[in-house]
Amino acid sequence: MERTTLDLWVGLFVLAGLGALVFLALKVGNVGAFDTNKTYAVSANFENIGGLKVKAPVKSAGVVVGRVGEIRFNSADYEAQVVLNIGAAYKFPKDTSAAIMTSGLLGEQYIALEAGADNTMLAQGDSLKITQSAVVLENLIGQFIYGKTGEAGKSAAPAQ
Amino acid sequence: MLDGVRKLGQHSIDGVWRLGVAMRLFALTLLHSGICLRRPQLVMREIFTAGVLSLIIIVVSGLFVGMVLGLQGYETLQKYGSESALGSLVALSLVRELGPVLAALLFASRAGSAITAEIGLMKATEQIAAMEMMAVDPIARVVAPRFWGALISMPLLAAMFSAMGIMGGYLVGVVLIGVDEGSFWSQMQAAVDFRQDILNGVIKSGVFGVAVTGIALFEGYDAPPTAEGVSRATTRTVVTSSLAILALDFVLTAFMFRGA
Repeated sequence: MERTTLDLWVGLFVLAGLGALVFLALKVGNVGAFDTNKTYAVSANFENIGGLKVKAPVKSAGVVVGRVGEIRFNSADYEAQVVLNIGAAYKFPKDTSAAIMTSGLLGEQYIALEAGADNTMLAQGDSLKITQSAVVLENLIGQFIYGKTGEAGKSAAPAQ
Repeated sequence: MLDGVRKLGQHSIDGVWRLGVAMRLFALTLLHSGICLRRPQLVMREIFTAGVLSLIIIVVSGLFVGMVLGLQGYETLQKYGSESALGSLVALSLVRELGPVLAALLFASRAGSAITAEIGLMKATEQIAAMEMMAVDPIARVVAPRFWGALISMPLLAAMFSAMGIMGGYLVGVVLIGVDEGSFWSQMQAAVDFRQDILNGVIKSGVFGVAVTGIALFEGYDAPPTAEGVSRATTRTVVTSSLAILALDFVLTAFMFRGA
């Protein structure tokens, strides 16, 4: 085969391969969604984080504004300490509250931020004061059964 | 009884011997790779025969694998009412496993066998000996360019396989069955991580590329210079490299995705 046609084919091949990689990176993966340099870290304590995992999304009004950076157990007050990396473009008031929510019935867990009304904004290293733990299904079922037996006891009492 | 033990010993010694010869050839190939920089045209030719000519089989099988994943994934996911997760299912299974592994298996049978047969035949027709007579190092002239050509082609082919597979899954899932397009792509993007999934897939295909070409070159170089010897070496290339790919895939997966 002539040298120039061979070079052309190899060039096209390499271009197609790199194109496939770029397609995978941009369209399939989430590269560039959050630059780790352009975030600020905020911590929040939760009594129970349920099934929250590192890299879970942090959403506000349903929009992803950051990711969970780190999850630690704080042995001083027996609570879970979660570090949230929030995109620098998103500013939240100091009294913003965080809650652990589940997307869908069996979906992944994420942290929902509800903006407060304070005038000062959150900065690197701040912590969120108002938090709401994850709903644990077993506890819910327990409460439900406990409530049922309580009701049964009440309705049974006047009959005697 | 004693004969059996003796045979076992003979096979073991033979195996270790062959492994040593293969490693020596591998080290020599790396040592003589300088020629690939001095004469890139040699590598170009090998990228053409190993990569460009494997393109059609890779693209077509990638498309079909993706389409089957789309169909089967939809069948199972719709039982749980989560067809919107089809995108992440197709993308994760392709990028992490099926892309690198299937592309490498196809590459072993399409390009690996060709490399073995070519070098084996060069040896059988005494072209290698002729090169040595002319003071041309056959490892630098024949083996090293093939090694680098195939090694460069492999990750590119695997990336194309994965990309085509995702397009196939999109075609069946979104265009034919009617899964919501937005949730197909957004769930995929939420699930696939660039470093964790895509880069690890590329690393995997690079390792497979080294294994497949290493085995193919060794089998070709080691083949007895007869018609039967070359045919046996070609068969062994495909069998050994397929087994090596699957075993390596398990090891790499255990390291890369443990606890992720």
